[in-house]
Amino acid sequence: MNLLIPALLLGTSALALARGVDVYAALLEGGQRGLELVKTVLPSLVMLLTAVELLRVSGAMDALTRLLTPAAAWLGIPPETVPLMVVRPLSGSAALAVGAELMAVHGPNSLVGRTAAVMLGSTETTFYTISVYFAAAGVRRSRYAIPAALTADLTGFLAAALTVRLL
Amino acid sequence: MAMSVIWVCMLALALFCGLLRGDADLGRAALAGAGKAVELSLSLAGSLCLWSGFGCLLERSGLQKRLARLLSPLLGRLYPSARRDPETMGALSGNVTANLLGLGSAATPLGVAAVRRMQARAGTEEASDEMCRLVVMNTASIQLLPTTVAALRGTLGADSPFDILPAVWLSSLISVTAGLGAAALLRRVWGKLE
Repeated sequence: MNLLIPALLLGTSALALARGVDVYAALLEGGQRGLELVKTVLPSLVMLLTAVELLRVSGAMDALTRLLTPAAAWLGIPPETVPLMVVRPLSGSAALAVGAELMAVHGPNSLVGRTAAVMLGSTETTFYTISVYFAAAGVRRSRYAIPAALTADLTGFLAAALTVRLL
Repeated sequence: MAMSVIWVCMLALALFCGLLRGDADLGRAALAGAGKAVELSLSLAGSLCLWSGFGCLLERSGLQKRLARLLSPLLGRLYPSARRDPETMGALSGNVTANLLGLGSAATPLGVAAVRRMQARAGTEEASDEMCRLVVMNTASIQLLPTTVAALRGTLGADSPFDILPAVWLSSLISVTAGLGAAALLRRVWGKLE
């Protein structure tokens, strides 16, 4: 895995150069887009990490985790990841904030940290995606799209907990 | 709107629990949280810029298009109407490849274009089975390179930020299969439920 990233960067850059693409300009333009992304995510991270920190210091996070531990344990999910599962379908940056907090508190190499990372990587902001896609196309009745997409999310969370323990 | 409700609930819950405990320093916690968010954003900025640059390179070099062509036979099975309409197919395969390569911002406009085209051809305000399938595929996030999460892990000091890849691939595969399976089942019963 250590060589994968530089090899991927080199391979793509060399191939693009061979095809006559101005590689460096493309990288810079993309980088600009990345900066835009940071700019959009920052205010939302500020609001949510403030709330998350309040919940943690007040003891609410611990209480919530304790309350949900039996159910989560029965499903094989680390109970600490419950808040992440709640916000994941609603807001991408909120999920990023909650996931970052989990990884910072428990460590990115811990079971909780890894599960949180896989959950973030294998699911999407379901409600946002559905509303953007259907609103843009003028679709008013979404029929079974929401229950089907939420089934995918829920299965994704379970699968994340399972694969992290097995792989 | 949903986030506003969640925000108020979070604050109310924190204040309530803090009052119960009595000794929690909530004022300091609020400011600490805000500070942490800026630190996190700044440390994420580097990797996000790098990977967005990489994404732009994939688009420019035509690699994304080539991958899209590779995928179109498979997509034709899931979206029969796209087989008869090259424009829908182009948007669809572009959407799926952008997702695979972790180019979220490129995937959305293409996915929207595909749904629009499908809607224009169907002419109803109701989501067709194919539109539901497309949305499920997009919400289940099939990514080969989950760059944002890897950036986050790297920032927080993971030994090897990308070592979660096999787990991410497998979970995505399982969740997209479950989503499409649920869509196939619901498709049969939905008419009767309404």
